[in-house]
Amino acid sequence: MANIKLEELDPIIEKHKEKKGNLIPVLNDIQKKIGYLPLEVQKHVSKKLEIPMSEIYGVISFYSIFNTEPKGEHTIGICMGTACYVKGAEDIMEKLENELEIEVGETSDDDKFTMTVTRCLGTCSMAPVIMIDDKVYGEVTPEKVPEILENY
Amino acid sequence: MAKKEILICAGTGCLSAGAEEVEEEFKRQLKREDLDKDYEIKEVINKTGCVGPCSLGPIVIIKPDNTFYGNLKVSDVEKIVMQHLENGEVVEELLTREHDESIEDFKSLRFMKNQRRIALRNTGIIDPNKIEEYIDRSGYQALKQVLNEKKPIEVIEEIKNSGLRGRGGAGFPTGLKWELTHKADGDQKYVVCNADEGDPGAFMDRSILEGDPHSVIEAMIIAGYAIGADQGFVYVRAEYPLAVKNLKTAIKQAEEKGYLGENLFDSEFDFNLEVRVGAGAFVCGEETALIASIEGKRGQPSTKPPYPANSGLWGKPTVINNVETFANIVPIVLNGSEWFNDIGTENSKGTKVFAVAGDVKDTGLVEVPMGTTLREIIFDIAGGIPGGKEFKAAQIGGPSGGTIPKEYLDLEIDYESLKEIGAIVGSGGLIVMDEENSMVDVARFFLDFTQDESCGKCTPCRVGTKRMLDILERILDDNGQKGDIEKLKHLGKVIKETSLCGLGQTAPNPVLSTIKFFEDEYEELITAAEEGN
Repeated sequence: MANIKLEELDPIIEKHKEKKGNLIPVLNDIQKKIGYLPLEVQKHVSKKLEIPMSEIYGVISFYSIFNTEPKGEHTIGICMGTACYVKGAEDIMEKLENELEIEVGETSDDDKFTMTVTRCLGTCSMAPVIMIDDKVYGEVTPEKVPEILENY
Repeated sequence: MAKKEILICAGTGCLSAGAEEVEEEFKRQLKREDLDKDYEIKEVINKTGCVGPCSLGPIVIIKPDNTFYGNLKVSDVEKIVMQHLENGEVVEELLTREHDESIEDFKSLRFMKNQRRIALRNTGIIDPNKIEEYIDRSGYQALKQVLNEKKPIEVIEEIKNSGLRGRGGAGFPTGLKWELTHKADGDQKYVVCNADEGDPGAFMDRSILEGDPHSVIEAMIIAGYAIGADQGFVYVRAEYPLAVKNLKTAIKQAEEKGYLGENLFDSEFDFNLEVRVGAGAFVCGEETALIASIEGKRGQPSTKPPYPANSGLWGKPTVINNVETFANIVPIVLNGSEWFNDIGTENSKGTKVFAVAGDVKDTGLVEVPMGTTLREIIFDIAGGIPGGKEFKAAQIGGPSGGTIPKEYLDLEIDYESLKEIGAIVGSGGLIVMDEENSMVDVARFFLDFTQDESCGKCTPCRVGTKRMLDILERILDDNGQKGDIEKLKHLGKVIKETSLCGLGQTAPNPVLSTIKFFEDEYEELITAAEEGN
């Protein structure tokens, strides 16, 4: 939170201000910029958009994409869709947990990776897949995991 | 001489298989050979399955002879450039082989030749980032025709006569939906495209948005004209970054051409379109929850009636259709309702796109007329089960759907026939499973999903799915008890009958249908546990 200047978020809020139903686009864009939505930011959005804090917290806690804790530099999403599950996504998860010495939902000690489980990425033909930031890796095997991580 | 084209599939599927590296190599090789004046590299952005068998990615098609090279490696590129492009000789050893024959033309691939592509007519063929390519394939002709020659009610009649039903799951007649919204009172109306494709295993909507976004945009403008709306929203799930990007580019290009905005085609009609990105909640695929989400609220469903046709977005009459449904509109307008009506079965017209994945040889998107059998899809098109294993079952319709065992391989699939055996067409996700899969585990997988995604508003869904999951987990942990199957059946019935929305009403389906067809697997586990204790 230390480095976030709230006024730097104002252009994002201004951009959506006139739109109806702007809360989710505003939160999405802010999270894209700073990675997470700490309480101070929520309060700031509440004031600027004139939406009560209860409603903002309600929205943030409802949607899985929003997080209130800082994330690592890169986010690894392990696809747990049907095809990936059937093709061994759990083995990939185990390998990643061992490699990074963290569990799903946690961030590595060097703040480099946060590991999450995602819903179907729709790349079922390439199952099992993982997504690191916006890049999808297909036909992943436990053996390929260290190689993929080396790119980061 | 016209430039030949090298089509490189750059959908998320092929990208994950290394399409970018292959493209780079083509660029490098062409530059080196000074061929780039004769060839242009053309990216066809489609998602897994758009060009066809995504399991063959990265995919390259050389035009105009349609030569198909699949599973390409960077090291193969030089050979294609030197032999095929320079000397006009097909690289035999890089062709896909089927039944000991090499397949040269991609249209004669087993995966492609038995398909009938209406919703997927352009994906894999055009560059989604160039509106001109869409226009070249009769794009925006239907809109022009409708605005200049037809009254809104005539458009609605055409769609009604076509027999088109919603492709998102429930199969509600599209024309009727439009008519109800057209007739509803309201100074402001909206058109919404449901692109919150959350069913694990379904990826046709992503494919259409990535590969042919204008087909959805054009259809939404037509829907707006038909019902009297001047504003539309496309609600896309956050897991699809490429779809969002291509859609936004397409909207911008349509605005520049004057296809979106004011006085379209010199008519009095105005229409604007906005993209809204979801935030990761499966329940938002339910229309009332989706509306709440666009309004900026928690995506919780509300009781129906009132239906969105009367009271939808911000309380205004709203038409909500799925991506694939919209992708069928333009061909219906251009070819007429009778043409569409001739395809399919008595009560289910047209085609359906299935996302075939799991234990099959070729995976990807398969579009076939309604009434096609599972055997044709899995064996004739997708090539059957690999590794000499037996087909056991197919799971259709994701977490809301059911399981189809092998005795129904020859059932003609449509909305009604699947309902009769306890499954649904749903979004069209089709996961094929071989003999090694435990059906109890599959049921647990889906219930774990719906239980986690239950929004918590109504008790049967929130608590009921949790109790069912507890029972399934104990059965799988060798702690099953006598009477568990009966408990699952009873709970399933109650949840189906008393849940507020579609999520809860269909959540027990995977459990109930696996019990229906594979009860012995449940019994075996329970008996073993009882004996062990």
